[in-house]
Amino acid sequence: MNTFEFSALVGGGAFVAGLLGAMTGLGGGVVLVPLLTTVFGVDIRYAVGASLVSVIATSSGAAAAYVREGFSNIRVGMLLEVATTLGALGGAYAAGILSTTAIGTVFGIVMLYSAWLSTSPPADRLEPRPPDPLAVRLRLDSSFPGPDGPVAYHVRNVPAGFLLMLLAGVLSGLLGVGSGALKVLAMDRAMMLPFKVSTTTSNFMMGVTAAASAGVYLHRGYINPGLSMPLMLGVLAGATVGARILPAARPRHLRLVFAAVIVVLGVQMLVQSLSGRL
Amino acid sequence: MSPSRWTDEEFDVRLGRLLQVGVIASALLVAAGGIVYLASTGLASPDFAAFHGEPDRLRYVRGIVHAALTGSGRGVIQLGLLVLIATPVVRVAFALFAFARQRDWIYVAITSTVLALLAAGMTGLI
Repeated sequence: MNTFEFSALVGGGAFVAGLLGAMTGLGGGVVLVPLLTTVFGVDIRYAVGASLVSVIATSSGAAAAYVREGFSNIRVGMLLEVATTLGALGGAYAAGILSTTAIGTVFGIVMLYSAWLSTSPPADRLEPRPPDPLAVRLRLDSSFPGPDGPVAYHVRNVPAGFLLMLLAGVLSGLLGVGSGALKVLAMDRAMMLPFKVSTTTSNFMMGVTAAASAGVYLHRGYINPGLSMPLMLGVLAGATVGARILPAARPRHLRLVFAAVIVVLGVQMLVQSLSGRL
Repeated sequence: MSPSRWTDEEFDVRLGRLLQVGVIASALLVAAGGIVYLASTGLASPDFAAFHGEPDRLRYVRGIVHAALTGSGRGVIQLGLLVLIATPVVRVAFALFAFARQRDWIYVAITSTVLALLAAGMTGLI
């Protein structure tokens, strides 16, 4: 296989990852690193660096479409970015210390956990709750466009969401992923945001989180232009298409499809890490 | 309440446009650099299995800009990636400006913190 064929295959794989990642809000990043390492035999450090810049492309490309549609909550996003960027810097420094086997093993575990989270049934939120004083003080409550006009919602459990985001940031900086599953968990489950709001706000935040650690990776020489080029362009094209068709898509079915992909790649990642082939 | 809501919506639209411009500029640079890169090394075997680390000139802003200006395909791609990394940073700076105009001081403080953390991650690049 020459570089031209390699770039075409990586670009095609990244397109599918970007499409599914944007539509489920889980981000394409979680499948990019295992795709590069287990399928294409790329060193995990190059894979993480290229994945990180692709996550920024996914996030910014999708966010451009989402922001106009009015689903994302910019105040929630900005508040939680304090936690994710802080965590991302910590994760990026840890990536320089840990062995590739350790990073690969953590990656596999995170993938399986993400897949499990994304398929477990959503929490019941039919009973109306009073507004959360902290969320009111921080002006987090908002509304999103529904079929019959704006639908108002309240934000809950801000401290729990913040702590989960700190962990999401660490994983993002360590593994070069957007940590979309954890971000959606924090906003969807803990903070009780409507699904599309948590998905789009999570996508919106990924770029800022990844930019915090991308600087560290670039400085360390982990960002390879030849590898990043097809990955970033493929993911960007996929995410742009995915964001356009999001309002018509059914999230439940998509989550199941994507979860299955994540499980397969996660198991491969674990097997290769633990057998020292990474 | 209504004047601040209007500002929020206007802010959203401008933010969306800003992100789009940054991403499109980055993608064009990466694609242009990619054509040069593939034209020169497309038929060689890809070498990503062993980690060497990028050379110093592709690790710093000054070196990347210099490499791009000399027409190196890898340099132009790296410049595009630098634009991509800068896009969310500019977005946060834009949000800071918008919150300040709304006199929303809690969010001015929150956004400044995010910007300071981003700056901490970029310090090695200069």
